[in-house]
Amino acid sequence: MAAVDTHFVEVRAVRADEGQRAGRSRQVLEGWLPYLVPVAIIALWQLGSSAGWISSRVMPSPVDVVLAFWQTTTSGQLPKDIAVSAGRAFAGLFVGGSIGFLLGIANGVSRLSEKLTDTTLQMMRTVPHLALIPLVILWFGIGEESKLFLTSLGVLFPVYLNTYHGVRNVDRDLIEMGRVYGMGNWTLFRKVIFPGALPSIFVGLRYALGIMWLTLIVSESIAASSGIGHMANNAREFMMTDVVVLSLVIYALLGKVADVAARAMERSALRWNPTYQQR
Amino acid sequence: MNVIAHPRFKPIDKDNDKHSTAGQEPAVAAAPGAGAIRVRGLEKRFGDNQVLRGLDLDIPAGQFVAVIGKSGCGKSTLLRILMGLDAPSAGSVAFGTASGEAAPNARIVFQEPRLLPWLTVADNVAVGLGEGVAKARGRTAAAQVLSEVQLAEKAGDWPAQLSGGQRQRVALARALVSKPGILALDEPLGALDALTRISMQELLNRVWRELGFTAVLVTHDVSEAVHLADRVIVLEEGRIAMDLAVPHPHPRRHGNPALAELEGKLLAAILGH
Repeated sequence: MAAVDTHFVEVRAVRADEGQRAGRSRQVLEGWLPYLVPVAIIALWQLGSSAGWISSRVMPSPVDVVLAFWQTTTSGQLPKDIAVSAGRAFAGLFVGGSIGFLLGIANGVSRLSEKLTDTTLQMMRTVPHLALIPLVILWFGIGEESKLFLTSLGVLFPVYLNTYHGVRNVDRDLIEMGRVYGMGNWTLFRKVIFPGALPSIFVGLRYALGIMWLTLIVSESIAASSGIGHMANNAREFMMTDVVVLSLVIYALLGKVADVAARAMERSALRWNPTYQQR
Repeated sequence: MNVIAHPRFKPIDKDNDKHSTAGQEPAVAAAPGAGAIRVRGLEKRFGDNQVLRGLDLDIPAGQFVAVIGKSGCGKSTLLRILMGLDAPSAGSVAFGTASGEAAPNARIVFQEPRLLPWLTVADNVAVGLGEGVAKARGRTAAAQVLSEVQLAEKAGDWPAQLSGGQRQRVALARALVSKPGILALDEPLGALDALTRISMQELLNRVWRELGFTAVLVTHDVSEAVHLADRVIVLEEGRIAMDLAVPHPHPRRHGNPALAELEGKLLAAILGH
């Protein structure tokens, strides 16, 4: 058979420098993409306010909110209220989170402790903790104790549940390995059980952060004499919509900051886990 | 020889020691700390299912024994009982050393590496030293045994960054770091690909010859058993069906006709031809 000249048609070809440039510009674009929607909304909002389509009694313009931020900051009210609210939030997180963590660990490792307390905790969990507000006000008034109690109660359950599940789901084979390699209870906990449960504990922590702010907002709006919730409620009485919106923005920022901090902790504590390794 | 009971079991009288063994002298000199193993009347039941039926077995110090058989023949159960991971329903296990005093240190390598993913390779190896060892000393010992398994440069890596074969080598290093007198191997190469398995077999053979511990290898791979062991035991329905010496010098070449013949004999015994 005679040799046939094969005719080739190029179906795909990329020069090395071209391919790299395309990749880089896509990276830059993807970096900015998350901010596109919020920036567009704020631009439209400002446009609507300036053109008079949105009444300032319903919704202040973004510029007004920034001005309110400036005024409350220079007067010292905002920094003070942020400090008060953040203090309450983290005190509640600390108290409730510690109790939830300890119960989760105890019930995860001890059958007796689990039998004794798990059912009770699961029952308590189903009661919305915010439904306790009337009772809490009767007990503690509107002082710090009521806020601490409610936030602690709110964060306790997500931390408890996720810690408990994390401990229960630690690979049995690793525990067996630890035992046969001579680990005592404390070493087994420190080297195998706790690190094994940590990813799940972080899920609980981040979930608890959400509940922490939610509880604080509600309890500060209903019963407080200081804090961001109080600031917003006060502003409502004087029809200061700019301050009301400002306090919402502050809540959003505080929530974001707490979440970013939790993520950073997660990434550094779980850097052994390929899921958390930065690419 | 001074026989010391496995922590869970009482020692047995010498005159009870009349059972036959295929225990020819090991082909490789045993280390002074190598452990001898004596098993008498071992039974294990899981409910109605009798897995081991009165097993007697003597393993002299320094011997490399392979235990093979169909799945469900009780070979893994035997190993788990030897290591104290399961309790027997009846019978006894005793460990002894030539040097006397302490019971020999026994370590196990599982089929899965079972490394702690949150510890670096070096810290995982240091787990094998047991508790109460200073961190610096653990690191030095780990570095030494890691170079033994040719992973010295991986000491600071996470287990997730290693290949399957490398992880199993780390698991072997963890078992070897405490210089065990007895090394139990529960199908340690079963999950590896064929080429990695061959190089792991060479590694196992080399460390065994260098360190002189007693090795008990449970495997379903007859060729692996014949290549590594001084003695191959075939388990069938919880009893020893065959106890065969493999009197060939180490290291053994793949494709050796005498070994291939043994392999055929063992396969026939297992499959009942």
